[in-house]
Amino acid sequence: MITTEFSYQKAGSVDEALRLLAAAPDSALLAGGHSLIPSMKLRVTAASALVDISGVAALKGVSRAGDTFRIGASTTHRDVAESADLRSGSPLLAEVAGVIGDPAVRNRGTIGGSLAHADPAADYPAAIIALGAQIEVAGTSGSRTIAADDFFTGTFETAVAAGEMITAVTVPAATGVAYEKFVHPASGYAVVGVAAVVTVAGGTISSLRVGVTGAGPQALRLTGLESALAGKTADDATLRSACSGLVAAGDLVGDHQASAAYRASLVDTLARRAIARAAARG
Amino acid sequence: MTTTMAIKVTVNGETRVADVEPRTLLVHWLREDLALTGTHIGCDTSQCGACVVHVDGRAVKSCTMFAAQADGCAVTTIEGLGAADALHAVQDGFWEEHGLQCGFCTPGMIMTAAELLARNPDPSEAEIRHALEGNLCRCTGYHNIVRAIQHAAKGATA
Repeated sequence: MITTEFSYQKAGSVDEALRLLAAAPDSALLAGGHSLIPSMKLRVTAASALVDISGVAALKGVSRAGDTFRIGASTTHRDVAESADLRSGSPLLAEVAGVIGDPAVRNRGTIGGSLAHADPAADYPAAIIALGAQIEVAGTSGSRTIAADDFFTGTFETAVAAGEMITAVTVPAATGVAYEKFVHPASGYAVVGVAAVVTVAGGTISSLRVGVTGAGPQALRLTGLESALAGKTADDATLRSACSGLVAAGDLVGDHQASAAYRASLVDTLARRAIARAAARG
Repeated sequence: MTTTMAIKVTVNGETRVADVEPRTLLVHWLREDLALTGTHIGCDTSQCGACVVHVDGRAVKSCTMFAAQADGCAVTTIEGLGAADALHAVQDGFWEEHGLQCGFCTPGMIMTAAELLARNPDPSEAEIRHALEGNLCRCTGYHNIVRAIQHAAKGATA
Protein backbone atom coordinates (compact mmCIF):
# COMPACT_ATOMS: atom_id res chain seq x y z
CA MET A 1 0.00 0.00 0.00
CA ILE A 2 1.06 3.60 -0.54
CA THR A 3 1.61 5.57 2.67
CA THR A 4 -0.38 8.67 3.49
CA GLU A 5 1.20 11.94 2.40
CA PHE A 6 3.85 13.58 4.52
CA SER A 7 6.49 16.25 4.31
CA TYR A 8 10.11 15.13 4.50
CA GLN A 9 13.08 16.97 5.94
CA LYS A 10 16.63 15.90 6.66
CA ALA A 11 18.07 16.97 10.01
CA GLY A 12 21.77 17.79 10.25
CA SER A 13 21.99 17.61 14.04
CA VAL A 14 20.10 16.35 17.09
CA ASP A 15 19.03 19.93 17.92
CA GLU A 16 17.68 20.46 14.43
CA ALA A 17 15.85 17.12 14.56
CA LEU A 18 14.20 18.07 17.86
CA ARG A 19 13.19 21.45 16.41
CA LEU A 20 11.69 19.88 13.28
CA LEU A 21 9.98 17.22 15.38
CA ALA A 22 8.32 19.92 17.50
CA ALA A 23 7.33 22.01 14.48
CA ALA A 24 4.71 19.59 13.11
CA PRO A 25 1.83 18.05 15.07
CA ASP A 26 2.08 14.46 13.82
CA SER A 27 5.78 14.24 13.13
CA ALA A 28 7.94 11.13 13.38
CA LEU A 29 11.63 10.40 13.21
CA LEU A 30 12.95 8.36 10.29
CA ALA A 31 16.29 6.58 10.73
CA GLY A 32 16.52 3.16 9.05
CA GLY A 33 12.77 3.13 8.58
CA HIS A 34 12.45 -0.61 9.11
CA SER A 35 9.78 -0.32 11.77
CA LEU A 36 8.19 2.92 10.60
CA ILE A 37 7.90 2.36 6.84
CA PRO A 38 6.25 -1.10 6.99
CA SER A 39 3.80 0.31 9.53
CA MET A 40 3.09 3.36 7.34
CA LYS A 41 2.60 1.12 4.30
CA LEU A 42 -0.03 -0.84 6.21
CA ARG A 43 -1.50 2.53 7.25
CA VAL A 44 -1.30 1.46 10.85
CA THR A 45 0.82 4.58 11.28
CA ALA A 46 0.49 7.95 9.61
CA ALA A 47 2.75 10.96 10.04
CA SER A 48 2.30 14.44 8.63
CA ALA A 49 6.04 15.08 8.69
CA LEU A 50 9.07 12.80 8.69
CA VAL A 51 12.36 14.02 10.08
CA ASP A 52 15.19 11.97 8.57
CA ILE A 53 18.00 11.64 11.14
CA SER A 54 20.06 9.12 9.17
CA GLY A 55 22.54 11.82 8.22
CA VAL A 56 23.30 12.92 11.80
CA ALA A 57 26.85 11.66 12.26
CA ALA A 58 26.75 12.07 16.05
CA LEU A 59 24.08 9.37 16.26
CA LYS A 60 26.16 6.70 14.52
CA GLY A 61 28.80 4.25 15.62
CA VAL A 62 30.10 2.38 18.66
CA SER A 63 32.63 3.88 21.06
CA ARG A 64 34.29 2.56 24.20
CA ALA A 65 35.25 4.45 27.34
CA GLY A 66 36.82 2.09 29.87
CA ASP A 67 34.24 -0.58 30.65
CA THR A 68 31.33 1.25 29.06
CA PHE A 69 30.25 0.92 25.44
CA ARG A 70 28.15 3.60 23.82
CA ILE A 71 26.14 2.76 20.71
CA GLY A 72 24.71 5.69 18.75
CA ALA A 73 20.97 5.41 18.16
CA SER A 74 21.28 5.39 14.36
CA THR A 75 23.83 2.57 14.30
CA THR A 76 22.50 -0.17 12.03
CA HIS A 77 22.02 -3.72 13.27
CA ARG A 78 24.77 -4.76 10.87
CA ASP A 79 27.23 -2.26 12.31
CA VAL A 80 26.33 -3.34 15.85
CA ALA A 81 26.81 -6.99 14.81
CA GLU A 82 30.20 -6.26 13.24
CA SER A 83 31.54 -3.93 15.94
CA ALA A 84 34.96 -5.24 16.97
CA ASP A 85 34.72 -3.31 20.27
CA LEU A 86 31.45 -4.96 21.21
CA ARG A 87 32.52 -8.39 19.97
CA SER A 88 35.57 -8.35 22.24
CA GLY A 89 34.25 -6.56 25.32
CA SER A 90 30.46 -6.85 25.42
CA PRO A 91 29.34 -9.27 22.71
CA LEU A 92 25.67 -9.73 23.63
CA LEU A 93 24.28 -6.81 21.63
CA ALA A 94 26.45 -7.75 18.63
CA GLU A 95 25.24 -11.35 18.74
CA VAL A 96 21.61 -10.29 19.09
CA ALA A 97 21.96 -7.79 16.21
CA GLY A 98 23.28 -10.60 14.01
CA VAL A 99 20.03 -12.58 14.29
CA ILE A 100 17.57 -9.74 13.74
CA GLY A 101 15.44 -10.18 10.62
CA ASP A 102 17.61 -10.80 7.58
CA PRO A 103 20.69 -9.17 5.99
CA ALA A 104 18.76 -6.43 4.20
CA VAL A 105 16.87 -5.55 7.38
CA ARG A 106 20.14 -5.47 9.33
CA ASN A 107 21.68 -3.18 6.72
CA ARG A 108 19.04 -0.49 7.32
CA GLY A 109 17.37 -1.01 10.70
CA THR A 110 18.85 0.84 13.67
CA ILE A 111 19.12 0.09 17.39
CA GLY A 112 17.45 3.35 18.40
CA GLY A 113 14.62 2.81 15.96
CA SER A 114 14.02 -0.71 17.15
CA LEU A 115 13.99 0.33 20.81
CA ALA A 116 11.67 3.28 20.15
CA HIS A 117 9.28 1.02 18.24
CA ALA A 118 9.28 -1.43 21.18
CA ASP A 119 7.81 -4.36 19.29
CA PRO A 120 7.09 -6.98 21.97
CA ALA A 121 8.79 -9.63 19.80
CA ALA A 122 11.89 -7.61 18.86
CA ASP A 123 15.27 -9.05 19.84
CA TYR A 124 17.09 -6.07 21.39
CA PRO A 125 14.77 -5.60 24.41
CA ALA A 126 15.80 -8.92 26.01
CA ALA A 127 19.48 -7.96 25.72
CA ILE A 128 18.94 -4.38 26.86
CA ILE A 129 17.22 -5.63 30.02
CA ALA A 130 19.79 -8.38 30.68
CA LEU A 131 22.67 -5.93 30.31
CA GLY A 132 21.04 -3.27 32.47
CA ALA A 133 21.61 -0.82 29.63
CA GLN A 134 21.02 2.91 29.91
CA ILE A 135 19.08 4.64 27.15
CA GLU A 136 20.04 8.26 26.50
CA VAL A 137 17.25 10.51 25.24
CA ALA A 138 17.33 14.16 24.22
CA GLY A 139 14.46 16.62 24.32
CA THR A 140 14.06 20.34 23.81
CA SER A 141 14.37 20.84 27.56
CA GLY A 142 17.54 18.76 27.87
CA SER A 143 18.81 15.20 28.01
CA ARG A 144 18.12 12.36 30.42
CA THR A 145 18.93 8.72 30.85
CA ILE A 146 16.37 5.93 31.22
CA ALA A 147 17.33 2.59 32.80
CA ALA A 148 16.42 -0.49 30.74
CA ASP A 149 14.17 -1.74 33.55
CA ASP A 150 12.04 1.41 33.22
CA PHE A 151 12.21 1.78 29.45
CA PHE A 152 9.52 -0.59 28.13
CA THR A 153 6.12 0.42 29.47
CA GLY A 154 3.73 -1.60 27.28
CA THR A 155 3.16 -3.08 23.85
CA PHE A 156 4.85 -0.63 21.44
CA GLU A 157 5.11 1.78 24.41
CA THR A 158 8.25 3.22 25.98
CA ALA A 159 9.22 5.84 28.56
CA VAL A 160 10.40 8.16 25.78
CA ALA A 161 8.11 11.20 25.92
CA ALA A 162 6.58 13.03 22.97
CA GLY A 163 9.13 15.41 21.49
CA GLU A 164 12.06 13.36 22.79
CA MET A 165 14.42 11.15 20.79
CA ILE A 166 16.79 8.33 21.67
CA THR A 167 20.38 9.38 21.05
CA ALA A 168 22.40 6.43 22.35
CA VAL A 169 22.45 3.22 24.35
CA THR A 170 25.21 2.47 26.83
CA VAL A 171 26.04 -1.02 28.05
CA PRO A 172 28.68 -2.35 30.44
CA ALA A 173 31.45 -4.78 29.54
CA ALA A 174 30.13 -8.31 29.94
CA THR A 175 31.44 -11.53 28.45
CA GLY A 176 29.31 -14.11 30.28
CA VAL A 177 26.43 -13.55 27.90
CA ALA A 178 24.08 -15.50 25.64
CA TYR A 179 20.90 -15.00 23.64
CA GLU A 180 18.64 -17.91 22.80
CA LYS A 181 15.98 -17.22 20.20
CA PHE A 182 13.15 -19.39 18.95
CA VAL A 183 12.72 -17.71 15.61
CA HIS A 184 9.50 -17.47 13.66
CA PRO A 185 10.54 -18.76 10.24
CA ALA A 186 8.45 -16.33 8.19
CA SER A 187 8.77 -13.07 10.08
CA GLY A 188 12.21 -13.53 11.59
CA TYR A 189 10.86 -12.19 14.89
CA ALA A 190 11.33 -14.06 18.15
CA VAL A 191 8.44 -16.30 19.19
CA VAL A 192 10.39 -16.14 22.46
CA GLY A 193 13.93 -14.89 23.04
CA VAL A 194 15.88 -15.01 26.29
CA ALA A 195 19.10 -13.11 27.03
CA ALA A 196 21.29 -13.86 30.05
CA VAL A 197 24.23 -11.98 31.53
CA VAL A 198 26.10 -14.00 34.14
CA THR A 199 29.17 -13.53 36.29
CA VAL A 200 30.63 -16.68 37.81
CA ALA A 201 33.03 -16.32 40.75
CA GLY A 202 34.57 -19.27 42.58
CA GLY A 203 32.32 -21.68 40.69
CA THR A 204 29.04 -20.06 41.67
CA ILE A 205 26.81 -17.42 40.11
CA SER A 206 27.70 -14.05 41.63
CA SER A 207 25.47 -11.96 39.40
CA LEU A 208 22.73 -12.74 36.91
CA ARG A 209 20.26 -10.77 34.86
CA VAL A 210 17.76 -12.38 32.50
CA GLY A 211 15.62 -10.57 29.91
CA VAL A 212 12.78 -12.10 27.91
CA THR A 213 11.22 -10.92 24.67
CA GLY A 214 8.37 -12.27 22.56
CA ALA A 215 6.57 -13.99 25.42
CA GLY A 216 4.43 -11.26 26.90
CA PRO A 217 2.86 -7.95 25.95
CA GLN A 218 6.24 -6.31 26.61
CA ALA A 219 9.80 -7.43 27.32
CA LEU A 220 10.27 -8.59 30.90
CA ARG A 221 12.97 -9.35 33.43
CA LEU A 222 13.05 -12.61 35.41
CA THR A 223 14.03 -11.20 38.82
CA GLY A 224 12.68 -14.24 40.69
CA LEU A 225 14.97 -16.55 38.74
CA GLU A 226 17.90 -14.18 39.22
CA SER A 227 17.62 -14.31 43.01
CA ALA A 228 16.88 -18.06 43.03
CA LEU A 229 20.16 -18.77 41.27
CA ALA A 230 22.35 -16.32 43.23
CA GLY A 231 25.24 -18.21 44.82
CA LYS A 232 24.33 -21.46 43.03
CA THR A 233 26.40 -23.40 40.55
CA ALA A 234 25.25 -23.26 36.93
CA ASP A 235 25.12 -27.03 36.51
CA ASP A 236 22.41 -28.68 34.44
CA ALA A 237 20.42 -30.11 37.37
CA THR A 238 20.35 -26.77 39.20
CA LEU A 239 19.29 -24.89 36.07
CA ARG A 240 16.64 -27.46 35.17
CA SER A 241 15.09 -27.22 38.59
CA ALA A 242 15.27 -23.40 38.69
CA CYS A 243 13.99 -22.87 35.15
CA SER A 244 10.61 -24.47 35.63
CA GLY A 245 7.32 -22.62 35.58
CA LEU A 246 9.12 -19.28 35.36
CA VAL A 247 6.16 -17.37 34.03
CA ALA A 248 2.45 -18.09 34.22
CA ALA A 249 0.87 -18.72 30.82
CA GLY A 250 -1.96 -16.40 31.84
CA ASP A 251 0.45 -13.46 31.70
CA LEU A 252 1.69 -14.32 28.21
CA VAL A 253 0.59 -13.83 24.64
CA GLY A 254 -1.20 -16.61 22.77
CA ASP A 255 -1.74 -16.18 19.03
CA HIS A 256 -1.66 -18.03 15.72
CA GLN A 257 2.11 -18.50 16.07
CA ALA A 258 2.16 -20.12 19.50
CA SER A 259 -0.17 -20.63 22.44
CA ALA A 260 0.55 -18.90 25.74
CA ALA A 261 1.32 -22.29 27.34
CA TYR A 262 3.83 -23.07 24.61
CA ARG A 263 5.47 -19.67 25.08
CA ALA A 264 5.70 -20.31 28.83
CA SER A 265 7.44 -23.60 28.10
CA LEU A 266 9.83 -21.86 25.70
CA VAL A 267 10.75 -19.33 28.38
CA ASP A 268 11.81 -22.17 30.71
CA THR A 269 13.82 -23.98 28.04
CA LEU A 270 15.48 -20.93 26.53
CA ALA A 271 16.31 -19.42 29.94
CA ARG A 272 18.06 -22.63 30.96
CA ARG A 273 20.03 -22.76 27.71
CA ALA A 274 20.94 -19.07 27.79
CA ILE A 275 22.15 -19.18 31.40
CA ALA A 276 24.16 -22.36 30.81
CA ARG A 277 25.85 -20.93 27.75
CA ALA A 278 26.46 -17.53 29.37
CA ALA A 279 27.91 -19.13 32.52
CA ALA A 280 30.29 -21.23 30.44
CA ARG A 281 31.64 -18.01 28.91
CA GLY A 282 31.59 -15.91 32.06
CA MET B 1 -1.65 19.51 -2.36
CA THR B 2 1.28 17.29 -3.18
CA THR B 3 4.74 18.71 -2.74
CA THR B 4 7.59 17.08 -4.56
CA MET B 5 11.26 17.16 -3.76
CA ALA B 6 14.35 17.03 -5.93
CA ILE B 7 16.63 14.02 -5.62
CA LYS B 8 19.86 13.08 -7.33
CA VAL B 9 20.79 9.41 -7.31
CA THR B 10 23.46 7.49 -9.18
CA VAL B 11 21.64 4.48 -10.62
CA ASN B 12 23.76 1.78 -12.25
CA GLY B 13 26.53 4.33 -12.72
CA GLU B 14 24.33 6.98 -14.29
CA THR B 15 23.30 10.18 -12.50
CA ARG B 16 19.52 10.47 -12.35
CA VAL B 17 17.73 13.62 -11.23
CA ALA B 18 14.04 13.59 -10.38
CA ASP B 19 11.25 15.32 -8.52
CA VAL B 20 9.49 12.79 -6.35
CA GLU B 21 6.74 12.81 -3.78
CA PRO B 22 8.33 12.10 -0.38
CA ARG B 23 6.18 8.97 -0.05
CA THR B 24 7.48 7.45 -3.29
CA LEU B 25 9.16 4.18 -2.43
CA LEU B 26 12.55 3.56 -3.99
CA VAL B 27 11.19 0.47 -5.75
CA HIS B 28 8.34 2.42 -7.33
CA TRP B 29 10.72 5.12 -8.54
CA LEU B 30 13.06 2.52 -10.06
CA ARG B 31 10.30 0.56 -11.75
CA GLU B 32 7.81 3.21 -12.78
CA ASP B 33 9.91 6.31 -13.41
CA LEU B 34 13.19 4.75 -14.55
CA ALA B 35 11.59 1.65 -16.16
CA LEU B 36 14.05 -0.61 -14.35
CA THR B 37 11.54 -3.40 -13.94
CA GLY B 38 14.08 -6.07 -13.08
CA THR B 39 13.53 -5.13 -9.44
CA HIS B 40 10.33 -6.91 -8.40
CA ILE B 41 7.63 -6.34 -5.81
CA GLY B 42 6.50 -9.63 -4.30
CA CYS B 43 4.87 -8.59 -1.04
CA ASP B 44 3.72 -5.56 0.90
CA THR B 45 5.34 -6.45 4.20
CA SER B 46 9.13 -6.17 3.70
CA GLN B 47 9.48 -9.94 3.86
CA CYS B 48 9.96 -11.42 0.39
CA GLY B 49 13.20 -9.77 -0.79
CA ALA B 50 12.22 -9.66 -4.49
CA CYS B 51 13.00 -5.93 -4.45
CA VAL B 52 16.55 -6.10 -3.08
CA VAL B 53 18.96 -3.61 -4.65
CA HIS B 54 22.31 -2.28 -3.46
CA VAL B 55 22.43 1.19 -1.93
CA ASP B 56 26.01 2.36 -1.42
CA GLY B 57 27.08 -1.27 -1.69
CA ARG B 58 24.63 -2.65 0.86
CA ALA B 59 21.71 -4.94 0.03
CA VAL B 60 18.43 -3.23 0.95
CA LYS B 61 14.76 -3.87 0.36
CA SER B 62 13.81 -1.05 -1.98
CA CYS B 63 10.18 -1.40 -0.85
CA THR B 64 11.23 -0.31 2.63
CA MET B 65 13.05 2.86 1.70
CA PHE B 66 11.73 6.09 0.27
CA ALA B 67 13.39 7.35 -2.91
CA ALA B 68 14.08 10.54 -0.95
CA GLN B 69 16.32 8.57 1.42
CA ALA B 70 18.45 7.50 -1.54
CA ASP B 71 19.24 11.13 -2.43
CA GLY B 72 23.00 11.36 -2.88
CA CYS B 73 23.44 7.57 -2.86
CA ALA B 74 24.65 5.08 -5.47
CA VAL B 75 22.05 2.44 -6.32
CA THR B 76 22.74 -0.77 -8.23
CA THR B 77 19.85 -2.83 -9.56
CA ILE B 78 19.92 -6.22 -11.26
CA GLU B 79 20.20 -4.37 -14.60
CA GLY B 80 23.48 -2.83 -13.44
CA LEU B 81 25.05 -5.95 -11.97
CA GLY B 82 26.22 -7.58 -15.17
CA ALA B 83 25.63 -7.37 -18.90
CA ALA B 84 24.01 -9.93 -21.22
CA ASP B 85 27.38 -10.75 -22.73
CA ALA B 86 29.29 -10.48 -19.46
CA LEU B 87 27.21 -11.92 -16.65
CA HIS B 88 28.11 -11.29 -13.01
CA ALA B 89 29.50 -14.43 -11.34
CA VAL B 90 26.25 -14.91 -9.42
CA GLN B 91 24.14 -14.53 -12.57
CA ASP B 92 26.39 -17.08 -14.24
CA GLY B 93 25.93 -19.40 -11.26
CA PHE B 94 22.13 -19.17 -11.54
CA TRP B 95 22.43 -19.98 -15.25
CA GLU B 96 24.75 -22.95 -14.74
CA GLU B 97 22.97 -24.48 -11.73
CA HIS B 98 19.38 -23.83 -12.84
CA GLY B 99 18.87 -21.50 -9.89
CA LEU B 100 15.39 -20.43 -10.90
CA GLN B 101 12.07 -21.77 -11.98
CA CYS B 102 9.57 -18.94 -12.45
CA GLY B 103 12.28 -16.32 -11.95
CA PHE B 104 10.25 -13.87 -9.90
CA CYS B 105 12.47 -13.97 -6.82
CA THR B 106 15.68 -14.22 -8.87
CA PRO B 107 16.74 -10.54 -9.05
CA GLY B 108 16.48 -10.18 -5.27
CA MET B 109 18.21 -13.52 -4.71
CA ILE B 110 21.07 -12.48 -6.97
CA MET B 111 21.48 -9.04 -5.38
CA THR B 112 21.49 -10.57 -1.90
CA ALA B 113 23.97 -13.24 -2.96
CA ALA B 114 26.24 -10.68 -4.64
CA GLU B 115 26.47 -8.72 -1.39
CA LEU B 116 27.14 -11.91 0.57
CA LEU B 117 30.03 -12.88 -1.72
CA ALA B 118 31.40 -9.34 -1.65
CA ARG B 119 31.92 -9.60 2.09
CA ASN B 120 32.38 -13.36 2.41
CA PRO B 121 33.87 -14.81 -0.81
CA ASP B 122 33.86 -18.40 0.44
CA PRO B 123 30.68 -18.94 2.48
CA SER B 124 29.63 -22.30 3.91
CA GLU B 125 26.29 -23.73 2.88
CA ALA B 126 24.89 -22.71 6.28
CA GLU B 127 26.13 -19.16 5.79
CA ILE B 128 24.51 -19.00 2.36
CA ARG B 129 21.18 -20.22 3.74
CA HIS B 130 21.39 -17.74 6.64
CA ALA B 131 22.08 -14.92 4.16
CA LEU B 132 18.99 -15.88 2.13
CA GLU B 133 16.61 -15.67 5.10
CA GLY B 134 15.12 -12.46 3.74
CA ASN B 135 14.47 -13.81 0.24
CA LEU B 136 11.49 -16.04 -0.37
CA CYS B 137 11.19 -18.46 -3.29
CA ARG B 138 7.77 -20.00 -3.85
CA CYS B 139 8.93 -22.59 -6.42
CA THR B 140 10.83 -24.38 -3.60
CA GLY B 141 14.00 -23.75 -5.53
CA TYR B 142 16.31 -23.09 -2.60
CA HIS B 143 18.57 -26.08 -3.21
CA ASN B 144 19.54 -24.93 -6.68
CA ILE B 145 19.82 -21.32 -5.54
CA VAL B 146 22.34 -22.40 -2.89
CA ARG B 147 24.23 -24.41 -5.54
CA ALA B 148 24.20 -21.39 -7.84
CA ILE B 149 25.79 -19.24 -5.17
CA GLN B 150 28.33 -21.96 -4.38
CA HIS B 151 29.13 -22.09 -8.11
CA ALA B 152 29.66 -18.32 -8.13
CA ALA B 153 31.86 -18.51 -5.02
CA LYS B 154 33.97 -21.24 -6.59
CA GLY B 155 34.40 -19.20 -9.74
CA ALA B 156 35.27 -16.10 -7.77
CA THR B 157 37.88 -17.78 -5.61
CA ALA B 158 39.36 -20.03 -8.34
